[in-house]
Amino acid sequence: MEAGTAVPSPRAGGLAPVAELGRRRPAAAALLMLAIAVVAMVAARGLHDVAQTGLNGLSLGSVYALGAVGLTLVYGTLRLVNFAHGDFLTFGVYMAYLVNVTWEAPLAVAIVWAVAMTAALGVLFERTLWGPMRARRAGFLQLILISIGLAFVIRSSVQYVWGTEVRLLDVNVVDSVELLGLRIGQTELVVIVIGFAVLIVTGLMLRYSLLGKRMRALADNFELAETAGIDTSRVVLHTWVLAGGLAGLAGVLAGAVTNVKPELGFELLLPIFAAVILGGIGDAFGALAGGMVLGLMIEWSTLFIEARWKVAVGFVVLILVLVVRPQGIFGRARAI
Amino acid sequence: MSELLGLADQAVALPLAVTFESFTDVGFWTGVGVIAGTYTLVALGLQLNVGFTGIVNFGQAGFMAVGAYTMAILVLQVGLSFWLALPAAVLVAMAFGLIVGLPSLRLRADYFAIATLAMAEIVRLTAQNARGLTGGNQGIFCEGASCYDDSWISVSGTITGWLESLGWSDPETLFPLLLVVWTTAGIAAVLLHLAQGSPWGRVLRAIREDEDAARALGKNTLLYKLQSLAISALLGALAGFFVALNLATLHPKDFEPLVTFIGYGVLVLGGLASYWGVALGAILMWTVLEATRFVELPISDEREAAVRFMIVGIVLILLMVFRPQGMFGKREEMVLGD
Repeated sequence: MEAGTAVPSPRAGGLAPVAELGRRRPAAAALLMLAIAVVAMVAARGLHDVAQTGLNGLSLGSVYALGAVGLTLVYGTLRLVNFAHGDFLTFGVYMAYLVNVTWEAPLAVAIVWAVAMTAALGVLFERTLWGPMRARRAGFLQLILISIGLAFVIRSSVQYVWGTEVRLLDVNVVDSVELLGLRIGQTELVVIVIGFAVLIVTGLMLRYSLLGKRMRALADNFELAETAGIDTSRVVLHTWVLAGGLAGLAGVLAGAVTNVKPELGFELLLPIFAAVILGGIGDAFGALAGGMVLGLMIEWSTLFIEARWKVAVGFVVLILVLVVRPQGIFGRARAI
Repeated sequence: MSELLGLADQAVALPLAVTFESFTDVGFWTGVGVIAGTYTLVALGLQLNVGFTGIVNFGQAGFMAVGAYTMAILVLQVGLSFWLALPAAVLVAMAFGLIVGLPSLRLRADYFAIATLAMAEIVRLTAQNARGLTGGNQGIFCEGASCYDDSWISVSGTITGWLESLGWSDPETLFPLLLVVWTTAGIAAVLLHLAQGSPWGRVLRAIREDEDAARALGKNTLLYKLQSLAISALLGALAGFFVALNLATLHPKDFEPLVTFIGYGVLVLGGLASYWGVALGAILMWTVLEATRFVELPISDEREAAVRFMIVGIVLILLMVFRPQGMFGKREEMVLGD
């Protein structure tokens, strides 16, 4: 709690009011900066291009946001930096592949199956690994290395069964929809719709349901929550169900718009970390917004630099946020 | 299959075509020894950072890439001599370590881990995309007339000559590299060991145990952590050179995060806060990984690669669950807490 400490230093001169706004209303300041950036981009590259790449950004952002919510919730409640989270996405997409391609069932069934199985995987590891390790009061390095080991085990198991071959889900990759002069692939549109619907429901659930309040209570102070009579082990299990389920969904959506391969999840892990940190680590709403903002920034970056660099853009954003504002764009210093 | 443990497959495929024939093939074990020596260097840096300073550096593969690519680019595109390019590349890698560390070492441990991993990935993606400089996904190949390792090949030839004069009729091609990599690793381990006993090393330990207390004693802890990271970058650059010389090609795939994570496997296998353990950890890890090639499994090569990859994961999990201090680590020196 002590070290994070990067209280933004007051900037001199004309930027002072902005810095002041950033301190008092970080979300408003972030929105303001985003709006300024959009206006500048429209001026430079035209409304159509900005809107078109923005649409792509929303589909990428849905995947990031879904992955980021689970990762940040697990961190918030358990203080666990889960490097295996990316491979939860991989597990999810292969579960969907099994149902959708091998068993030739519709994608909707595959999604439900993938979400259920990935949630079950989260619970399985909580019961066999994370719970016992918490009981032993395992340290930070121990937990982080276990999660890396787990990531290897999940990915290599997937690779053992399905091989390294790049596969495709049975989705429509040809047809596209025309919308206000913008073109979007049918599958991408479905991804955006599902992603947004699930994110909104998750957000409402975290905000208003008893479970959501309990999760936040645990994130605030685990011992205090326990003393207050909250059944913490139950809440922890629910956290894993939610984190696993959302990760599974994120994996399927990512696989639907790109392809299915064992590295899918690991390649998404760092951008998801970036989304988590952008939103303030441990803050579920921040992760939602962080994922969307990151998706948009990455796609908008292709207006100015070659698209092959766009993965690196995500990492540069991650490092810049860590350096300039480690509590996240929406967070307050208290959060870390 | 070479995608996962690419380093191993390529390296071992080079010196001999018939690796699967026998367990006693000298050439095969020479190849394993070179990789183990390279990973000893990787993990020595991690040991200094994690075991003795308490900073979790996940960017070692990035420092390796900076060192190896800088050396190759200086030789091939700037025309510098190999022997000047080596120290120059080491300096570049150390400077890079300082640039990375200056903003990120102020962060909490988990943020620092993620930041260094992201930094290493930026390096790898740059190597992949700055095609004019690095050859992109084609990599830098050593084919034809001149390459970055020409000077090394002549040195290697000299050493082979000595070996022949000692009575070894047909020394393994990689044997000179084996000698040099382990000499380097040995010198590095001795120097690190000596440094650890010095006042400087004691400050690092103090930072590991309780950074606030060290700061309260008037130590500039950020400065010490930066030095620790820069030395780790130096060791990473050396390891990068050996990757480049061993494979005679440079490819972004040789610097994936997997390399760093195997380095952590080596580190915790050998044990935290023990420089000698690192060497034993590297030998054990790569012996296990390569020995699986001799076990006749009724599965495809691709599945065997998956099994080897799984072994690394299982080793990490089992060690951290049952023996977090590793084989030779000291429990009382292990500050794995938050």
